[in-house]
Parts: sequence; structure tokens; C-alpha cells
Amino acid sequence: MLEIDSLTKQFFGLTAVDHVSTRIEQGQITAIIGPNGAGKTTFFNLIAGTHAPTSGRIVFKGQDVTGMRPDRVARLGVARTFQTTNLFDNATVLDNLIVGHRLRTHSSLWDVLINSARLREEERLCRAKAMEALDFVGLAHVANRIAADITQEERKRVAFALALATEPELLLLDEPAGGVNPEETVGLAELIQKLVRHGKTVCLIEHKMDMIMQLADKIVVLNNGEKIAEGTADQIRRDPHVIEAYLGADHAAV
Amino acid sequence: MMALRTRWPWFVLLAAAIAFPLFAANTYIVSVMSLAFIMAIAALGLNLITGYTGQFNLAHGAFMAVGAYTVGILTTDYQVPYWVAFALAGVTTGVLGYFIGILSLRLKGHYFSIFTLCVSYIMYLLIEKWESLTHGTVGIMGIPAPTGVGSLQFDTPIAQYYLALAFLVLGTFLMSRIVHSLLGRAFMAVRNGDLLAEALGVDLMRTKTLSFVLSVIYAGFAGALYAGQVRFLGPDVANESVTFDLIMFTLVGGVGTLMGPLLGTLLVTWLTQSLQFLQDYRMVVFGPVLIALIIFLPDGIVGTWLKRRARRADAAASLKAATAQGATTATGTETRHA
Repeated sequence: MLEIDSLTKQFFGLTAVDHVSTRIEQGQITAIIGPNGAGKTTFFNLIAGTHAPTSGRIVFKGQDVTGMRPDRVARLGVARTFQTTNLFDNATVLDNLIVGHRLRTHSSLWDVLINSARLREEERLCRAKAMEALDFVGLAHVANRIAADITQEERKRVAFALALATEPELLLLDEPAGGVNPEETVGLAELIQKLVRHGKTVCLIEHKMDMIMQLADKIVVLNNGEKIAEGTADQIRRDPHVIEAYLGADHAAV
Repeated sequence: MMALRTRWPWFVLLAAAIAFPLFAANTYIVSVMSLAFIMAIAALGLNLITGYTGQFNLAHGAFMAVGAYTVGILTTDYQVPYWVAFALAGVTTGVLGYFIGILSLRLKGHYFSIFTLCVSYIMYLLIEKWESLTHGTVGIMGIPAPTGVGSLQFDTPIAQYYLALAFLVLGTFLMSRIVHSLLGRAFMAVRNGDLLAEALGVDLMRTKTLSFVLSVIYAGFAGALYAGQVRFLGPDVANESVTFDLIMFTLVGGVGTLMGPLLGTLLVTWLTQSLQFLQDYRMVVFGPVLIALIIFLPDGIVGTWLKRRARRADAAASLKAATAQGATTATGTETRHA
């Protein structure tokens, strides 16, 4: 689904991502792991178009998207979540989600000023999509709660819903379980599996190893911007480079 | 039913505004009120870019001056009819706003604000120094009142009052459509965060520029009405203190709410008017009141009220859902940010 070829990003001489090539397969969960500062988030920023790569190529469903603007990439069907999601705290959760489907609509300023039938239809659609996404992540009951009043875990789920409302094929999740407790992490892992069951492709960055090991079909390990290993959970567990560079001595026995 | 439940404050305000001149003791306070309406139109515009789109524009007052000077120059030096000049004031500020927008909106956060503050000062200097066009510090005198339309004449303070009110109602109505639409939601997405907005497919530059242009067009029309009502213009109208007044109005009422800038403008105008008897000491009272408002009501008056209403609606809905046993949360409590 997504082919990445020799992707490199340099910031003023610092190489954040260094000739990384990999593939994200349709219908699978690919995890990007690596120590802090390994270049994981930069890697996401390159795929999503937030930064243009210094060199290399990104091909999404056969189309070259290298250096494409983020809003265009989103339109093509790549959604992402961030480590923290800024919501408008004074509005309801549902209100916050409605904008998610805007990119699939066509109403212009003129439609807005005359309140055209097309606009009303598209607003109804966006509201329905938002509700559907909220239902999917299991938060239908907080639809009318104001965003300031929801828990950290609910916020994570709202971020998923927001990404889902864009009707993506590929979801890039940046630390989807960061800052939530172990039981909630299990719930979020189940949600990620549910996404895949519904035909989505997932690529995630995560530090919680237990979660990654049981969830990921493929793990890509980055260290200092370079890909040092790639494979299934079992392969990664046994990989000497990974043990040395990332998991540390106490994991060597596993 | 729905409309009446959430929109009654609007009807109360409108009724009060229509009735006001009948009870006003003299035409002076009617004029004060209609100037407040004009400022409220400008504040509505400022709130679009600052409150809804999150870009703190400090040149808003200067755009109001551009609108005012467009009318002033065209009607006095070129004998253009008032309403033609009025329309051109909107066009001029819109076009100028587009070019300043695509330059300044490349900057983020404080840098954007500082840039626009400089823009504001440059416009002030231009108005003050470009004597052949703007008459410099002498100013523009004898601007005609808005010409009558049919049997309607706008040469009395009361007629001017209703004219300003009519534009305020129209401006509010259109603004309500904008901010409650998908377009408005895109503006709010930009305010919540550039990165997330982009990831949701919002074209940042286009969206910000559109908001900026719409916002300054409001300022332009407000300035045009101001010129027709005050009938005299000096470089002072481009002073940055106008922008700061507009920001204060918006903050007091509630940033990012539709009614906030309106209510804020009217309240602050009345407060300053009723403190007139204190003369120079009025700031001693006014300052602390303002600070208290910002500390205790950071969302402004309207923002605080809306938040409470949304919480209550949700609590009521949860209660209803709980009693209905297993019924899902009511969807009928849709809250709009009024």
C-alpha cells in the first residue's frame, strides 16, 4: 500500500531519517519502534507531508506522494493522529468531530452565504460520519459532553474517531496508547485490531512493547534515523542489533 | 421550538435595540449607540480571524480606517455617490487584505501578530503622510451622510442608528452562517492546531487567507459606515488603539463566540459612558473591572454562559438516558456555539 524508498531527511546537517526503505502492507499493522530521538515522528511527518524529504521516494497506492502537502495526502486517504490532540474544549465532542469529513465535501463560501441545499446535505453527512466514527471507537455516549470534560483515554479515542471521519485507508498513529493506564491500553489495542478488521491499514509508533509485540504484523526498528531491523515480533525479539541498540541487556535473555 | 430555546437571547437583544431610540433621553446617546453598533460590526470581523481561526490580527483597526478613508476620499474629492463608495470600501479592504494576508499568514503565532502590528503602523503613517490623497493631519471634512434609498433618509441620528443596526443584523446573520457551517468548522480546526487541521485535509493557507479577507471586509464596511456617520476623518482612526479596543470588546464578550463581540462592544461602551463623570479617574475603575473579567471569566461572558449551558444539556441528557435504561444518549440536545 505504501512503499518507501531510501527516505532521507536532514535538518541543517542533522540526519533525522537516513535512507530508510520499507513497505507498509495493506490490511496489516506495521509498528515503528526505536529509542527517543530515533526519527520515528519525523518519519511520520515525511509520509504525511508535514515535512518534505531531502531525498527518497514515497509511493502510496502506486501514486508518488513525495513532498506532497499534508492536506492533499489526507485527501488521498492517509490519516494521522498526534501524541496530543488539541480539541476545542468549549464545544461538544461531536462538534469537534464534524470537521473530520470536511475534506470529502465541496461546499464553497457561496454555498455558506446562501445556505444552499448542497451545504445542508453535506453538513448532515459530516454529522452522520462524525457520529458513526464516534460509535466505532465506542464513545457514542460522550457525543454531547464538552471536550474539556473527557478523560485522557477518551481523548485518545476521539483522536482515532477524528482520523476515521476522514475515511482513510491508511492510519498513522503516533503513540496511540501514550499516557493511558494498562487496562486502557488493552482496550486501545483492541480498537486498533478492530480498525484492521474493518479494512484499514495501520502504522503506529509506540513505546509500549507488550502492546507492540502482540499487535504488530511487522515491526520496523529505527535507531539514529537508520533502519536497523525489520520483521515479525519474534524476529525482532531475537535480533542482536535490536537487543544491543534498543531493548538493552536485560532483554537479551528473552 | 429548538430555534426559540437557543436563540431567544438574540430576539431579546434585537427587540431592545429596535425600541432603544424610543426611550433614549437625547440624540447624543442614540449616536453613541449607533457608533457602538459600527464598532460591533468591526469586532465581529476581528473575531472571525482571531476568535474562530486563531490568528491574532493587530491590523484590524487599520483596515477599518482603509474602509473609512475609501468612502471619505471618494465622496469628497471625487463626488462618488455614498453607496458606490461604500461598496468600494468593501472591495478595497478585501483586495488589500488578500495581499497582506498571503504575506503575513505565512508567519505563525506571535510573529503574525507582530507583523500585523507593523502593517497597522505603516497604514497609519501612510494615512498621515500621504497628504495629496488623504489630506494628512488636516483630515477629511464634509463627508456626506449616506444618501437616502427611496423614501428612507439617513440624515438624522435616529435614521443613522437604524441604518447601523440593519447592517449589524445583516453582518451577524451572515457571520452566523459562516461560523456554523463546514467552512467555520475548518476555521476552528486551524485555531485548534495547524498540524491537526492539515492532517484533516484543511488547506491551511487558503483557509487562513479566506478568513482574513472576510474578516477585514467586515472592518472595511464598518469603516465605511463610520465615515458616513461621523462625517469627519483624521489619521487617528488608523491608530492601533482602535484595534486594541476591538480586542477588548471581543475578550469581554467572549472570543470565538458569535454573540461575544456584540455584547462586549455594547457593554464596554456603556461602561465607559457611565464612568464619564469620573473623567480621568475612570480608568482606575475600568482597569480593575477588566482584569477581574479576564481572570474570572477567561472565556468571556458569552463563552462562560455557553459552556455552562452545554454542560447542563449533557447532564440532563445523561440523566434521561439513565432513567430510560439502556437507551442511548439523546441526540436532540445538539448544542450550537451561539
